[in-house]
Amino acid sequence: MEKKVVATSSLAGCFGCHMSLLDIDERILELIELVEFDKSPVNDVKKFSRRVDIGLIEGGCCNEENVHVLKEFRAQCKVLVSVGECAIMGGLQAIRNTIPLKECLDEAYLNGPSVKGCNEESIIPNDEELPVILNKVYPCHEIVKIDYHLPGCPPSADLIWNALRALVLDEKMEMPYELVKYD
Amino acid sequence: MRNAPIIQDSAMIESPEIMPAKSKLQHEVSTILEHYQHDKTRLMDILIDIQDENGYIPAEAIDYLSHELNISTVDIRQTVSFYHFFSETPRGKYTIYLNDSAVANMNGRKAVSKTFEKEAGISFGSVTEDGLIGLFNTSCIGMNDQEPAALINGAVFTRLTPFRASEIIRDIRAGKQVEEMFVASYGDGNNSSEFIKAVVNNHIMKRGPVLSDQFKPGEGIKEIVKMSPEDVIKEVKISNIRGRGGAGFPTGLKWEFCRNAADQTRYIFCNADEGEPGTFKDRVILTEKPFMLFEGMVIAGYAIGAKEGILYLRYEYKYLKKHLENALQKIRKLKLLGKNILGKKGFNFDIRIQFGAGAYVCGEESALIESAEGKRGEPRDRPPFPVEKGYLEKPTVVNNVETLCSIVKIIKNGGEWYKNLGTKESTGTKVLSISCDCRYPGIYEVEWGFSVNDILDMVGGDDVQAVQVGGPSGSCIAPNEFNRTLCYTDLATGGSLIIIGNHRDLLKGIILNFMDFFIDESCGSCTPCRILTVLLRDKLKKIIEGRGVMQDLEDMEDWGKIMKANRCGLGLTAANPILTTLKNFKNLYLNKIQINKDYDTGFRLDEALREGMKASNRKVSVLENK
Repeated sequence: MEKKVVATSSLAGCFGCHMSLLDIDERILELIELVEFDKSPVNDVKKFSRRVDIGLIEGGCCNEENVHVLKEFRAQCKVLVSVGECAIMGGLQAIRNTIPLKECLDEAYLNGPSVKGCNEESIIPNDEELPVILNKVYPCHEIVKIDYHLPGCPPSADLIWNALRALVLDEKMEMPYELVKYD
Repeated sequence: MRNAPIIQDSAMIESPEIMPAKSKLQHEVSTILEHYQHDKTRLMDILIDIQDENGYIPAEAIDYLSHELNISTVDIRQTVSFYHFFSETPRGKYTIYLNDSAVANMNGRKAVSKTFEKEAGISFGSVTEDGLIGLFNTSCIGMNDQEPAALINGAVFTRLTPFRASEIIRDIRAGKQVEEMFVASYGDGNNSSEFIKAVVNNHIMKRGPVLSDQFKPGEGIKEIVKMSPEDVIKEVKISNIRGRGGAGFPTGLKWEFCRNAADQTRYIFCNADEGEPGTFKDRVILTEKPFMLFEGMVIAGYAIGAKEGILYLRYEYKYLKKHLENALQKIRKLKLLGKNILGKKGFNFDIRIQFGAGAYVCGEESALIESAEGKRGEPRDRPPFPVEKGYLEKPTVVNNVETLCSIVKIIKNGGEWYKNLGTKESTGTKVLSISCDCRYPGIYEVEWGFSVNDILDMVGGDDVQAVQVGGPSGSCIAPNEFNRTLCYTDLATGGSLIIIGNHRDLLKGIILNFMDFFIDESCGSCTPCRILTVLLRDKLKKIIEGRGVMQDLEDMEDWGKIMKANRCGLGLTAANPILTTLKNFKNLYLNKIQINKDYDTGFRLDEALREGMKASNRKVSVLENK
């Protein structure tokens, strides 16, 4: 059987979902029998080398670069999966969605207790190398079509493992209650 | 021993010498509290008085109330935050609430609101720096046949134009009283009586038994003093009248359930929280037939064995307060209210008026009861139904204004007489509120069984694209259904018909407004009602902006089904504006969606970046650089 190709990325996330992926422990040996990785922080490949079968996205979109990467993933991946709370709902970052963006930036760079009086020219970072921040934090499915959602913060290693296996082997996914309950 | 000093301390705190002097505000609140005998179930009245007195409810007042009534500040705040007309920040010496209903917008509201904003120098939702003028939006205020309309410090201003708006702001700045700002003469009928004095018109276009001039105070009560309560209920059951608020529950049955409840303390409520956009018939009945209405309450009270009746009146109709209180005084003098009514020993019944403070959901009977108890107007879980456990946990009947008025006629003329009006299943008459694109908007009392076509002929409605039957929670029907009839088995309605001409943009001008209305008015208790209304509105917006795809229409239909999981009438019907137009005006949607795309989230990067670019003062983004 030809190996399926997987790509992963962390957008506005904390890499926790990727850490959870590594928590599959020794099953990683089994995994590399099943798949090979293309663009991913797991192997530190920065660019897509081909169209891939499965894309795993951690994190939502808080700036234009996130949008750019997400759109590229959509274009390059046959199946795209939102992994974790941030990709699915925006996560902790989305708390800012209740506050106007200008107010957030002013607090962070001009008025906050750690910056007050230090930012003499009252600059909100605007170097042209910096991606522009979005008006709010978006979950991935509000930007591109997402095929599957894996909930959790992070989703447990077993859940990620079961999902990957099911996708690669084209089987029904095992989803025991313990893996998807959150209380 | 260890406790002793503490006891001493608390005794000292309570002693008047040590207590800090009461502030002016505390004095004022004390007086209000005394008026309501420190009864915490009257919290609504207490808060309304504080709001009216100060223009807002100061935090100090909340703390003081909490202390005096022995309820937590959080409990008070959650009531305060629930109602549109309560505010914890000042709303201006002159507070302008401009109606934002669909029909107001169809009649030129936008130009009026723009002028208000320009002249006052502020945008809606804020107060001028000097605290003089506050501009706020509000949901339908029951003036659909004379829009755009506004409430200014409780007084109604109808048929506003940009010219009037600038006049009003000028008058405010010149220090005029609200009453001095009227330029038109007072309206017809009681609207110009000394107790109302409002520039509001009744527009009664067709009278029937309820609106007829043939009514003498006491005509119903004279009959019931000769009857047993059971016989009264029997007569009402013969008439087969059903609730006129919209839900259509058989009134006789409701009374019987309540009469049979074990608890002897019972209450009758009149639901005058007419909040369904497009409905204004109760406003006219309250203006013209208060005696009849109160008499209906007395009859209901007698039938179910209640000693107290409460008229729950929406805050928007506060301008009728003096008029209604005067009517109560008058019928008390006629011995039709009070102790031993018409000399019948032990027939005691009295009525008080309870105001709401702006919340559509309070038209739902259990929410209305919660509100009358001083709480947030959130619908209760049922069972138990109010007829078993209602106001203050006692058996309670809640009837619509029009139902209670019809009862008087049923008692006077007999159930058999009433049964001959209307159709077999839907007996009697219905007072309709007809507005918007027709030549003669106003109030029409017709027998059940009229078709929509008949009604359009009657009111002068031609070139009609759609008729919204029963307000936003009802259905929007197309011309191919205009042969349907108004009755409980076909088009059941609380009586609102909004006629929408062919020149209107139905989705953008009306349906979107209705969805915004439900989002504003949802109490937020049930998840689908709180969240799906927003998601559905956003989908509709996306479609209107030309970004929709076929999948969106399917999603809306599917999601609409989930709305059945909500527990009250608001939640159950909140998707109706979209669902009924999807069914009856599918082409409007199909014409807007992108046929060549199967998927589009509607996300546009340039729009999402605009705010961030402006905030950091940037001209180009990274992506454009590359």
